[in-house]
Amino acid sequence: MKRISINPITRLEGHGKIEIFLDADGNVANTYFQVPELRGFEQFCVGRRAEEMPVITNRICGVCPEAHHMASVKALDRLFGVEPPPAARKIRELLYMAFFVTDHATHFYALGGPDFIVGPDAPPAERNILGVVRKVGLDVGKQVIECRARNHSIIRMLGGRPIHPVAGLPGGWSKPLTEAERQTAEEAARRNIEFALFSLRLFDTIVLQNPAYVEMVHSDTYCHRTYYMGTVDERNRLNLFDGRIRVVGPDGHEFATYHPADYQAHVAERVEPWTYLKFPYLKQVGWKGFCDGPESGVYCATPLSRLNVSDSLATPLAQEQFERFYEALGSKKIDRRFTPVHHRMATHWARLIEMLYAAEHMLELATDPEITSPRVRNLPQAVAGRGVGSVEAPRGTLIHDYSADSNAILRQVNLIVGTTNNHAAISMSIRKAAEQLIRAGRIVEEGLLNRLEMAFRLYDPCLSCATHSLPGAMPLVVDIRNHSGEYIRSIRREG
Amino acid sequence: MLEKPRISMYWASSCGGCEIALVNLNEKILEVDRHVDFIFCPCLLDTKYKDVEALDDGAIAITFFNGAIRTGENEQMARLLRRKSALLIAFGSCSSEGCIPALSNLSTRAEHIRTNYLAGPSLDNPAGIVPQALTRAPEGELALPSFFEGVKTLSEIVEVDYVLPGCPPESQQVWGVLESVVQGEPLPPRHSVLGAGNSTVCDECGKLKDKKSVSRFHRTYEIIPDPRRCLLEQGIVCMGVGTRDGCGALCPQVNMPCSGCYGPPDGVADSGAKMLSALSSVLDVGGYGGLTEDQVADKADTILAAIPDPAGTFYQYSLAGSLLRKAR
Repeated sequence: MKRISINPITRLEGHGKIEIFLDADGNVANTYFQVPELRGFEQFCVGRRAEEMPVITNRICGVCPEAHHMASVKALDRLFGVEPPPAARKIRELLYMAFFVTDHATHFYALGGPDFIVGPDAPPAERNILGVVRKVGLDVGKQVIECRARNHSIIRMLGGRPIHPVAGLPGGWSKPLTEAERQTAEEAARRNIEFALFSLRLFDTIVLQNPAYVEMVHSDTYCHRTYYMGTVDERNRLNLFDGRIRVVGPDGHEFATYHPADYQAHVAERVEPWTYLKFPYLKQVGWKGFCDGPESGVYCATPLSRLNVSDSLATPLAQEQFERFYEALGSKKIDRRFTPVHHRMATHWARLIEMLYAAEHMLELATDPEITSPRVRNLPQAVAGRGVGSVEAPRGTLIHDYSADSNAILRQVNLIVGTTNNHAAISMSIRKAAEQLIRAGRIVEEGLLNRLEMAFRLYDPCLSCATHSLPGAMPLVVDIRNHSGEYIRSIRREG
Repeated sequence: MLEKPRISMYWASSCGGCEIALVNLNEKILEVDRHVDFIFCPCLLDTKYKDVEALDDGAIAITFFNGAIRTGENEQMARLLRRKSALLIAFGSCSSEGCIPALSNLSTRAEHIRTNYLAGPSLDNPAGIVPQALTRAPEGELALPSFFEGVKTLSEIVEVDYVLPGCPPESQQVWGVLESVVQGEPLPPRHSVLGAGNSTVCDECGKLKDKKSVSRFHRTYEIIPDPRRCLLEQGIVCMGVGTRDGCGALCPQVNMPCSGCYGPPDGVADSGAKMLSALSSVLDVGGYGGLTEDQVADKADTILAAIPDPAGTFYQYSLAGSLLRKAR
C-alpha cells in the first residue's frame, strides 16, 4: 500500500507525525497520528516531596506552566486537606486569567492565526508571526508584544517568575498582593479587554468577511459531531479555574456533570502500540474506535468544547460575543442553551471569546477589595492521602491526581492533560481532512499539506504537555512511495 | 556592508520555556533581528533543515542549544549543530545539567513503561498493550523511535563552548549575552558560564542574615516565614547558598526557597554537596551530653524528617550532570 509520512508536524508545541496510507486507486485508506515521545513525569514524581509538585510539573510545559502550577496546587489543597484563604484563591485566579489572555494571544497571532491572517496557501516562509506583522502592520505587532509583556509581568509579580512560577503552596499563596500591585493588575486587565475586543474585530475583518474562509469554517472537511467537555460553575457558566466538569452529547444534551475528583468514573485511557500517547474516552459510552456520533466515547476538550458545554458566559462583553457566535453559526437554542457548534475551525473564534472572558474576569478579580487581604496562607494539619486538582488549561481539562504517604511523599501520580483529551478527536480530524484533500490522481503539494495540518492546529495541540514530553518543531517530510515501498518523490518543509 | 553573524536556536528534549524566555525579550527581539541573521529557530522561523545541512561547517556563529538529550534524534541534531556552529552554547538547565526531567534517571525505562501504560489508575488496558518500536497495522508498518535509558546533558555528546544557565535563563540575561554578540564584544574564555554571576543567589538576595542557627528544618508548607529574613536561617531548605547568582533571587522575593535552577557557582562542582555542608553549618544540633543512644537517634531523625527526598531536593536540576549520575 502506498503511504505518505508527515514527520514531524509543525507549528504546534511538541512532536508528532502522521502516516497516511493510500489504497490502489490513490484514495486514503487510513491515517495514523503518532506521538513519538514519552518523558514519564508520572514515574519520576513518585518519591518526591508533594509540595514540590507545582514547581516540578511546571516543567511539563514551558508554554503553559501556569496551568500545571494551578492544577497542582489545587491537588495539594485536597491532599493536605486545607482550604486556602479567599485572597489566596483570588490571587491564583488573577494570575491564571492573565495567563489565559497571553496564551490565547500567542496561539492566535503566532501558531494558528497565520493560516488565516497570511493565508493557508501562502509560502511557508510567510506563514508565521513575522508574516502576520507584515500583513496587519507593525502597530498591531507591537500590540501583540505589549500584550504578552504586560501579562508575563503580572505573572512574575504574582507568581515570582515570568516562566515557571513558584508561589503556590498547599493552603494558599506565598505572598499577598499589595495595593500598588493590585492597581497594576487592574490597569493590565483593562488593556487586555481592549486587546481582546480588537482581536475579535480583526477576526471579523479577516475571517468572517472573507467568503473563502467562511466556507472553510463551514465545510465538512473540518466537522465532527462528538461529545464535549468543559468546566462550569454552579449556574453552568464557563469557568476556567474551578467548578464541575460537564459533558454534553453531540445533540447538546447534558450527558454528565461530575466533581473533578470523580474523573476515573467518567474517563478511561486506551493504549495503542503505535503511539506513546494514550487515548482517553468517555467510559460510560465506551470506545468504538476513531469515529464520532452519540455511540462513540470520543470527546473533545477545547475552547469550542467549553463554549458548547456552557449555558452562558459570566461576563457581559463575552456573553454578547457568545450569543453572536452561536447565532452566526446557525445554532438553535434548546432548553435555554445553544446547540453545539461542530465546525472545528470555529475553535479559533471560540478562543478569542475566551480571551475576552478571561480579560473581563481578570478585571473583576483585580477590583475585588478582598484580594489585597494579607491573609494568604492556611497551614495544613495533616496529609489526607489523595488529592485531585483540576483547571481548564487553554488546550483542555487538566487533571492532577496525587496520592502520598503520611510524610507527604508521593506514592502515585496520574495526569490527564489538556491535549491528551483531544488525541482521538485530533486523529479523526486529520483522517477526515486527508480523505477530503487527498484524492486519486491529485498531486500532493505543500499548500495541501498545510490544510491538512490546519486540522490539528486548530486544537492548539501541546504534545509536550500531552506526553509530559518534549516540544520541537522538526522538518516536515512527505515521502511518497509505491506499493512495494519504493521511493517516488518527497515534499519537504522545514520546522 | 558586512554580513551579519548567523545565530541559531534549537530545542531538543525541553519544555519550551527557553523559547518563551527568548520571546520574552519582547520589543528587543526586533533589535536582535536587526543585528544578527537569525537563520534557524524551529519555534519562530520556517528556515529549512536542509539549509542547515548545506551550510559550511562552522558557518553559524553561535547556536543556543536548549533541551537535554533523550533520543537519537536529539543526539543527531546536537552533532549536526556542533559541526555547523563556531560556538555551541548549552542554553538552560536541561542541556547543561539535565534539569527536572533528569529526575527520570532515578527510574529505569521499564519502570516508566509500567507506570505509564500498565499500572495507571485511569487505564483501560486489559491486554497489556505497550508502545512498540514497530507495529504491523493492517495497512502497513508503523515505527516509533526508541529512547535512551536516561537523560543526558549536551556535553556528554559533543563539546560545549559556553553554558548559559537557568530554568529557564532570565530574559535580561539572555539579552545581555545577545547584546555583547551584537556589539562584537569579545566573549570570556571558552568553557565559561555566560549570562550569570560568579557568586551565589545569597549575594543578590535582599533578606537579612543574622547568622542564626536552627534546631530543625521545616518543609515549606509547615511554617509562614518572616518575609524579611533569610529563609535558610528560618529552617527552610533554600538552595541559594549552593546556587549561582544571575536570576535576581526571584524565588526568595516571593518567600519561596531557591531550588537551584542556575546550577553550582564558580569553584563548586556539585551544588548538592555544597548544600549539605551549608546545611550542617546552619544547624545547631545542640549538645548530645547526657542523651541516651535512642535520644540521639530521635534527634537525628527529627532533623532529617524535613529532608525526606535528598536526591530530589539537592539534585532537582542537576541529576544528569552531577557526580551522582552513575549511581544507578
